[in-house]
Amino acid sequence: MKKALILAAALGAAVPAVAADKVKIGFVSTLSGPSAALGVDIRDAFQLAIKLNGGKLGGLPAEVQIADDQFKPDVGRQAAEKFVKLDKVNFLTGFVFSNIMLASVPVAFENRVIYVSPNAAPSPLAGKQCNPYFFVASWPNDAYHEAAGQHATDKGYKSVYLMAPNYQAGKDSLAGFKRFYKGAIANEVYTQLGQLDYSAELAQVRAAKPDAMYIFLPGGMGINFIKQFVAAGLSRDIQLITPGFSSDQDIIRPVGEAMLGTFDAAHWALDLDNPANKKFVAAFEKEYGRLPTVYASQGYDAALLIDSAVREVKGRIEDVDAVRKALRAAKFQSVRGSFKFNRNQYPIQNYYLRVVAKDAQGRLVNKTMGTIFKDRGDAYVQDCPMK
Amino acid sequence: MKKIIFLVAAAVALPLVLQFTNNLFYVSLASRILIYALAATSLNLVLGYGGMISFGHAAFVGTGAYVASILFVEGVTSAWIAWPAALAAAALAALLIGAVSLRTRGVYFIMITLAFAQMMFYLVNSMKVYGGDEGLTLPRRPDLGVDLGNEVAFYYVVLLILLLSLFLLARLAGSRFGRVIVAIRENEQRAEALGFPVYRYRLACFVIAGAAGGLAGALLAAHGRYVNPNVLHWTQSGTLMIMVILGGVGRLWGGVLGAVALLGLEHLIADYPLGWLAALAPNYQQHAGLAVGLVLLAVVLLAPQGIAGLFSRNTRARA
Amino acid sequence: MSWVLIAEQSLNGLQFGLMLFLLAAGLTLVFGIMDMINLAHGSLYMLGAFIAASLVQATGSFVLGVVLAVPATALLGMALEVVLLRTLYQRDHLSQVLATFALILILNEAVRLVWGSDAPLPMPVSLSGPIELLPGLFYPAYRLLIIGVGLAVAIFLYVLILRTKIGMLVRAGASNREMALAMGVNIRLLFTLVFGVGAALCALAGALLAPLLAVQVGMGENILILAFVVIVIGGIGSIRGALVGALLVGVVDTIGRAFLPIAFGAFLPPQVASAAGPAIASVAIYLLMAVVLFVKPQGLFPAR
Repeated sequence: MKKALILAAALGAAVPAVAADKVKIGFVSTLSGPSAALGVDIRDAFQLAIKLNGGKLGGLPAEVQIADDQFKPDVGRQAAEKFVKLDKVNFLTGFVFSNIMLASVPVAFENRVIYVSPNAAPSPLAGKQCNPYFFVASWPNDAYHEAAGQHATDKGYKSVYLMAPNYQAGKDSLAGFKRFYKGAIANEVYTQLGQLDYSAELAQVRAAKPDAMYIFLPGGMGINFIKQFVAAGLSRDIQLITPGFSSDQDIIRPVGEAMLGTFDAAHWALDLDNPANKKFVAAFEKEYGRLPTVYASQGYDAALLIDSAVREVKGRIEDVDAVRKALRAAKFQSVRGSFKFNRNQYPIQNYYLRVVAKDAQGRLVNKTMGTIFKDRGDAYVQDCPMK
Repeated sequence: MKKIIFLVAAAVALPLVLQFTNNLFYVSLASRILIYALAATSLNLVLGYGGMISFGHAAFVGTGAYVASILFVEGVTSAWIAWPAALAAAALAALLIGAVSLRTRGVYFIMITLAFAQMMFYLVNSMKVYGGDEGLTLPRRPDLGVDLGNEVAFYYVVLLILLLSLFLLARLAGSRFGRVIVAIRENEQRAEALGFPVYRYRLACFVIAGAAGGLAGALLAAHGRYVNPNVLHWTQSGTLMIMVILGGVGRLWGGVLGAVALLGLEHLIADYPLGWLAALAPNYQQHAGLAVGLVLLAVVLLAPQGIAGLFSRNTRARA
Repeated sequence: MSWVLIAEQSLNGLQFGLMLFLLAAGLTLVFGIMDMINLAHGSLYMLGAFIAASLVQATGSFVLGVVLAVPATALLGMALEVVLLRTLYQRDHLSQVLATFALILILNEAVRLVWGSDAPLPMPVSLSGPIELLPGLFYPAYRLLIIGVGLAVAIFLYVLILRTKIGMLVRAGASNREMALAMGVNIRLLFTLVFGVGAALCALAGALLAPLLAVQVGMGENILILAFVVIVIGGIGSIRGALVGALLVGVVDTIGRAFLPIAFGAFLPPQVASAAGPAIASVAIYLLMAVVLFVKPQGLFPAR
């Protein structure tokens, strides 16, 4: 009897389970601290997509477990490990920040759990370290900077002043901008992380008299800088350009009218004219009483992407290879319009020029001004060995 | 003594219990708690026994973490070399920082240790070659003879190191050196009048604590296979301080109990949602800082001897 | 290097220094007189900014909002002192550090629960542009306001501390608390008042800086470190030290950020200069503090 039991147990372990009866998602993001707004937006949009889908992804009921990484890499890693090893989720998603994500996704990759990124998409994972279990539903980290640089070239600016904080992401951002901006650089300044007062830097900007200024100053730094830039009267003569996420609702709210006229580059805008986006924006505003940011759009798209893949494999999500194939096909209506994956599983998509202006109801929003890049991939795909 | 044997036995038995109840995943969490216990214990030496309020301890933990990781990516994958190297590097950093800082007192000392930690943080953040703010990821854990990739093996290695450190701390605290350090903490002028070279004793204490912190850092990097400048930020020093006060300042098991209490509390709040509390305050889990703050305040005001103090009949921190 | 740039950077150094002075003054008084390390000082600054944001929105007037926020925060500060912080005066520094650190955590979450993660406080329109001080020299009007207020507060505190009876009591308490007690000074009331003044200064700084800086949860911590650096350099318990320290920090930081990268670029290869310049500039203040403490371990003008 005992032998039979052991045999049965062994067989039970060996034979793959019948088609799963639900999709388990592990969602880890920054939900507390100063940057909480970003993670909260992604989470809210992700959950909205599932709700609009009747609580299902690809026809199967979705079970989403949420954890807060508290902006700390080791907390994020702990949460990811729990979701992957203990709760045995089918998909991991949610991280806002590249450094926290990089600490946390290896455990997913090692256990053949797919990570769908609703934001962070660092260049190493686009190139040499590309990974079959890593899918990007947002945009490559350099993309907005490259688009902004291209716009500056298109506009024919004779000199541009660059500024970013003195850390890796800062240097990468300005490198991305310079990859496509062919004009003269008035100056390239690296400021202190968490710096509060930019009066010294602004005085030098004034002395340099550039045509435009490109900044990468995430979070509170950007809020501080833009307020002071306008207070110094520099916005009258110098066009301020930022990456799309630095001019979105979470920055517009604390800065206010001083943001009017700022140009930025992004892969999505509130007013993109396609049915999926119109539905998304209206539903988000109705559900949460605020306008979605670009982060929200990415969270929503991540859910739609997973939904399309689960539907493609007809619910057999335990076949990870089939799920990967279905994800790569990306057969869903993205809120950004056209969406397809490059062979490194980073998206090929359009990037738009936006400007901060008032909408019909007098609210400050980003309006689309034109297309900068059509069907752009990224600069690192040639180093990726994946086919 | 009986209590100690019980605690040690429980710690040794833990992975077996977890394996039996099919919760092997939690072994990894337990290892992390033990590593923080070591870091908190190292701070306890300088803070609790030595009475030096150092807000820069994260610098030593971070130094250990980075040295171990950098050695690994440069090809030195043996923990037998990397971990002692991390310890030595942290000791050196503590010697340099301590030599300058210990000339000051009180809040001046606090600020200068904080300043040094911040300087290291900004420096490491700007170094692209070792990952900058995106940090360094290690492909696997270092080699130690036993396969550290096995969570249970890693747990026992960490436990062994922690127990060894606690044993050494107990011996140190009970020795002449330890008693002089406590005497200096209690009344510096009297100690000086008695002829003890206060500065040198303090510096030695600072260096030993820094070295132990560096070892904890190396273990942390090995555990998560990841290091990033966050580990150097002054708020990490604050977290270690919270652990020390929670556990019991100047008491042997203060660091351990504090780490278990704080990390346990955070884990409970995050992973075991209380339905009734969620109904009262939705998203309460994202305000865990409030709970930690209230607990800390309560401990400082009501139970300044920490958890260890609650279990002990001693009213004054002794070895 | 035009004179316009030099003049503008000098004004920047002055303005940044005076901003820090507003915060450091309260902090050094509390420390000097009550011998209490108050890490929650930055949280009072944050409260001042958030309360000002709400009041400005409610009243529609920037001036009214700021003016009302100051006593409101001062009252909150005094309440905090009476209810909680009073018990910490007898305790050792470590307990004070930890208790006020706990207070930071609690107040951060409390603010987040009440206001959310941030609050808008826009620049008053009348002050939102630059003024031409001299032909060719433009300076933001709002920053001139800050310089004006900062100088006014400095003068007010000077008069208060050095020329009034209360000021004399404060100085007595700072230099020898036991003696002041022995002389019959009502220490409890004095302490509460001093704390209230400190909170008021914080609120003023927070409200004034809000249009220039982000009003968000956690804004207190960054500036708290700077304030501590200032009082450590200046000497605990000394208003004069706080002013000198603040101006020193303001100028060194501004010069560091403005001119170090250029200076480095002059005699180092560009690759090294572009990395070293900003790195050193970001820690210039800490280096300044380390140097000062090495030479004068009690700061420049210690009260005791």
